[in-house]
Amino acid sequence: MKKEGKIQVWQDYQKEIADDHYFYVRSCIRQNFFPGSEQTFLKILRKELNKDIYENPHHTSCSGIGYHSDIVPFDTIQTIIARQFALMTEAGYKNLAVSCITSFGIYNEIIETWKEFPDELEKVRTFLKKATGREFEIPQNVAHASDIVYKFRNKISSIGKNRLINQKTGQPLKIVEHIGCHYSKMFPCKGVGGAEFPYVLAGMIESWGGEVIDYPERRHCCGFGFRQYLIMSNRGYSVSNSRKKFESMEPYHPDAIVSNCPGCPMFLDRWQYVIQEMENKTYGPNGQGIPVLTYEELAGLVLGYNPWDMGMQMHQTNVEPLLDKMEIEYNPDLKYTRKDGKMIGKPMMVGCGW
Amino acid sequence: MRQNTHKCLPQIPLYTELFEFMKNYFRIVNTQKPKMELYQELTKDVRFAEGLKSCMNCGICTAICPAAEFYDYDPRILVATVQSRNEKSIEDLLKSDVIWYCGECMSCKTRCPRGNCPGLVIMALRSLSQEMGYFVESEKGRQQLAIKRVVGENIVYRGYCILPENLVPELHPEQGPVGEWIFENKEDIFERVGANYKGDGEGALRQIPQESLDELYRIFEITGGFERFDKIENFSKFKAKSMGYTDPEEEYPDYVKHVFTTNNGKHNRQ
Repeated sequence: MKKEGKIQVWQDYQKEIADDHYFYVRSCIRQNFFPGSEQTFLKILRKELNKDIYENPHHTSCSGIGYHSDIVPFDTIQTIIARQFALMTEAGYKNLAVSCITSFGIYNEIIETWKEFPDELEKVRTFLKKATGREFEIPQNVAHASDIVYKFRNKISSIGKNRLINQKTGQPLKIVEHIGCHYSKMFPCKGVGGAEFPYVLAGMIESWGGEVIDYPERRHCCGFGFRQYLIMSNRGYSVSNSRKKFESMEPYHPDAIVSNCPGCPMFLDRWQYVIQEMENKTYGPNGQGIPVLTYEELAGLVLGYNPWDMGMQMHQTNVEPLLDKMEIEYNPDLKYTRKDGKMIGKPMMVGCGW
Repeated sequence: MRQNTHKCLPQIPLYTELFEFMKNYFRIVNTQKPKMELYQELTKDVRFAEGLKSCMNCGICTAICPAAEFYDYDPRILVATVQSRNEKSIEDLLKSDVIWYCGECMSCKTRCPRGNCPGLVIMALRSLSQEMGYFVESEKGRQQLAIKRVVGENIVYRGYCILPENLVPELHPEQGPVGEWIFENKEDIFERVGANYKGDGEGALRQIPQESLDELYRIFEITGGFERFDKIENFSKFKAKSMGYTDPEEEYPDYVKHVFTTNNGKHNRQ
């Protein structure tokens, strides 16, 4: 194929990402498991990139976990989403920045539903007006927070203090990227690279000096499955799917896993501990696990942020092997301290095995 | 903060009255059944209209499906059953474990050559199963009560799907020693990493202002959210009673624990 043809084909895999002035909506799961990542994202945008990103304290959960575990009806979640849009409209913003992949999928699903079924939109406008007195405009641009970091990846690279390089060998770190299913499997045109060639995380990794690992189960779900994790007796589904991915990536000896979904990094982190407990199997060298990071944590490391300020002490699988390879300085004594520097106390065990 | 005053059947304090009420309720539901054509009900759900255009039973959805690898589950057969429009088969499906196996990852949406999405069909089936009360007839369906009690009430009364307080180590052993450490020291840890746990203003894990929770509450009232919750509660309570559970407070915590932890071991692909 001629170069012009290739460029034309790849146009289909691009998406427009707003340049500035974002209305930020948080993620329920991310707030619980990686609250430092959301803070890191806001810090990068505001302090490193000088962007305007606004959070309204009145925004709520999108109710997506309830919707995808089927206790929240479609009319209800549509109206909750409409309320988020109303808050955005009232604040004068047109670009939505979404922290959560589940939410991102839902925002896209609902906007597309309104395009295809205009009666649904009118119904929801009536519901929202009746329930809250509010009115709303549909956002001009909906970006996942990882889209925004992707957009400015080269700027982050240029001001960064660290590279995704094994400083002892000089070789690029080998990184597994895991894209949350609802980022682009439902609406491929809404994700960078679509569903077939998602590039949102790979672009960051390459820009920051790392090497992306391609492995057979690269696009397999982490196994969250909503009700399949929420209910204790269903969790075999969840760990089995993560295990399938670990088994598939193991021969490529990844230095780290990075994900853009709130739930996936938590599962890929915690299930490594569980698999070690169940099968005495670890997937990293020397009985250690593979460190699992959020993309904000990865960006923060590149920018030289303190890993404990970003909340990397909240990981079960040790992150220190990655920090050591990058030769990032950290104080192990400060890992378990409070904001005032006093010791909290340590977990009974950190890592994958006792 | 608004208290959880949204009680189902608040006017019925006694078992006998509850039993009589439910008997009457089911009599009404049963007499309505012949009038409700299940397939027609499904077509009223826009997700069904979007998810099932025309299936040629190629099975690509099954090949890509994470649930089909783990459970005795085949979305190809499920869609074929629905597409048959056989009312008895659809009713059996709505009462079965099968519709609860999907993880709603929507991997099927990407791969279907006809643009169908079995995951959306599942969502329509699950909604109808709860509408009809059929969900209590399967082990996996009965789990809806536990999800409603935790996630549903978190959303309405706190504005979040999940809360740090939910991650009790005994219920979440997979969270490991670090998860236990976080649970026991959540205030200090969240403050350390810049969250605003239960605080005013913006930030992670902030307290959602009461006026916003009031708006959420009204949204649930107006859009049928509470109606769904009530159906989950009412059908579940009747089922709990029929399974021999008793509770003077009508909350049936032992039944909730049962549905949260029970696995008959017959669900997996052999």
